[in-house]
Amino acid sequence: MSEQNKNSYPKPKLVPVPSTNIIPERDVDKRPILECRHLGIDFGGLTAVDDFNMAIGRTEIAGLIGPNGAGKTTVFNLLTKVYQPTRGTVMVDGRDTAGKTTIQLNHMGVARTFQNIRLFGNLTVEENVKVGLHEHTRYNALSGILRLPSYWKREREAHEKALELLSIFDMQDMANYQAGSLPYGAQRRLEIVRALATRPSLLLLDEPAAGMNPSETAELMNNIRKIRDTFQIAIMLIEHDMNLVMGVCEGICVLNFGRIIAKGTPDDIQSNPAVIEAYLGKQKEA
Amino acid sequence: MKKTINKTSLNGFINYGMVIAAYAVIQLLIGGKLISNSLQSLLVPACCYIVMTVSLNLTVGILGELSLGHAGFMSLGAFSGIVSSILLQDVIPSPLLRLAAAMVIGALAGALGGLVVGVPVLRLQGDYLAIVTLAFGQIIKNIIMVLYVGVDEKGLHMAVKADSFYLSDTGTVIIKGPMGAVGVTKLASFTAGFLLIMVTLLVVQNLVNSRAGRAIMALRDNRIAAESVGINVTKYKLMAFVISAALAGSAGALFGLNYSSTVASKFDFNASILVLVFVVLGGLGSIRGSIIAAALLYVLPELLRGFDIAEYRMLIYAIILILVMLITNNPAIQNFINAKFKKKRKGAVK
Repeated sequence: MSEQNKNSYPKPKLVPVPSTNIIPERDVDKRPILECRHLGIDFGGLTAVDDFNMAIGRTEIAGLIGPNGAGKTTVFNLLTKVYQPTRGTVMVDGRDTAGKTTIQLNHMGVARTFQNIRLFGNLTVEENVKVGLHEHTRYNALSGILRLPSYWKREREAHEKALELLSIFDMQDMANYQAGSLPYGAQRRLEIVRALATRPSLLLLDEPAAGMNPSETAELMNNIRKIRDTFQIAIMLIEHDMNLVMGVCEGICVLNFGRIIAKGTPDDIQSNPAVIEAYLGKQKEA
Repeated sequence: MKKTINKTSLNGFINYGMVIAAYAVIQLLIGGKLISNSLQSLLVPACCYIVMTVSLNLTVGILGELSLGHAGFMSLGAFSGIVSSILLQDVIPSPLLRLAAAMVIGALAGALGGLVVGVPVLRLQGDYLAIVTLAFGQIIKNIIMVLYVGVDEKGLHMAVKADSFYLSDTGTVIIKGPMGAVGVTKLASFTAGFLLIMVTLLVVQNLVNSRAGRAIMALRDNRIAAESVGINVTKYKLMAFVISAALAGSAGALFGLNYSSTVASKFDFNASILVLVFVVLGGLGSIRGSIIAAALLYVLPELLRGFDIAEYRMLIYAIILILVMLITNNPAIQNFINAKFKKKRKGAVK
């Protein structure tokens, strides 16, 4: 019962990372970029996520896996405040996010992609990235209408920055294509570029490899590492492709029926009986 | 130092060029007395309706919110423009400057109306905006229908009932309740209408191709994604809505100052729908389509009047509307047009 009482956690303070979390060696002495404590949400009578505890290091690549309907995307929606949590706290870079909106969360450094792609379909690839750069393209609407010098200067900067970001995925040649007309894989990559354009410190990828073929997935793995190394940010991803998850993630969290059933390194997870049971079902007794 | 001119700004320049060319041709025709008087009297209102259509396209096509009360903003602009033009008679003797001042005041009145409607409503989604703007248009019409405004040496007088409305003997009545504004000095000219179209194009096109415009189009395409990249949805919705209302207000001021009397029922629901028809037929989001559709469809019923078939003109007008609708939505015809004129279409990647 004393465990339950922790749900009414006192005012969150900067506390050392709970020992239940695995954080890569290099990040241990720094403040975690994301910290969830007893996070939970109910939809009516249904508890979708409960007692979700997790911390992510500043340059960690973390994985969130679990069977269909386990609540993975709900966790992402809680982290980005698409849903407000019923219980628990989410701290981004040591700051409490209670009562914040999705927009404010983005300004705090959380960017995401979506499971069902949500691009600005009628805009061009470059414009999609420029929308991501919105907060960093500083001029007001009036100087845009009057085409004042600040407009030309900032727009040129945004143009260069957009092409530079697109070059991560070798997409700079597609800059003038309409985003909605891109092939599926390219749309997924564009979503990542758009999220990166907001200069996040935590990037949430919701099934980035869905619909990609094996060679595209392998390329994506390299790119995820490359993004982490170049931008020095934390990445958390939901993925069903186990090759990708086991290949790229340093810490993995397994969710089933809204609860964490295992946490650990890829090797731990692969041999964890609870995980195997969640994915394959209980072995019949002989 | 821009290396290449991109397609969107080229499109913009074509629109300016088109309007300038049309203006030049019409001026030549007027000079050569090749235009009938009845057609000539349509030039200013046609300009007003072009501005209305382009500005409504900003709300409907570019912001993606349905507004059914655009004529309400026009009405606000028309009557505030008329009142201010009479009040400023002594301050600004030059009629041209007075017209410009009245149009600016009309724009401010429209913007204020847009702000009042927009702040509470734009937080909602979907059809609510359509319903509230529809109601707004009717409310504005009904308020102005009972409004009495006049000016005398003591200043501006306003009343909502005829029997509580007093003016001294030297005063002038500006708005006379259901009879509308009377005794207006006609200040509007075709050149003013042309300049207003140019300003509207400048504002709308430059807005669309700027940071704010991208944010507006982004939240039209996908609101959730726009929020996830930190776009302030309410702010940009309101910005588009208020700019649209301001342009409609200045078009209204020009419209009001083109007639010696104006009644509020001119700006009723039908006028809003008429503008919406222009927007839809011109193509949602297409500025050039808006200009062409508004110009042609506004003048068309009057052109039809000139033929023997005058009694059938509204019937023919309706048939033309239906045909345009069918043609622009027919995939076979669209493919044909695309193949003919848009060989280098963007986005045709495999």
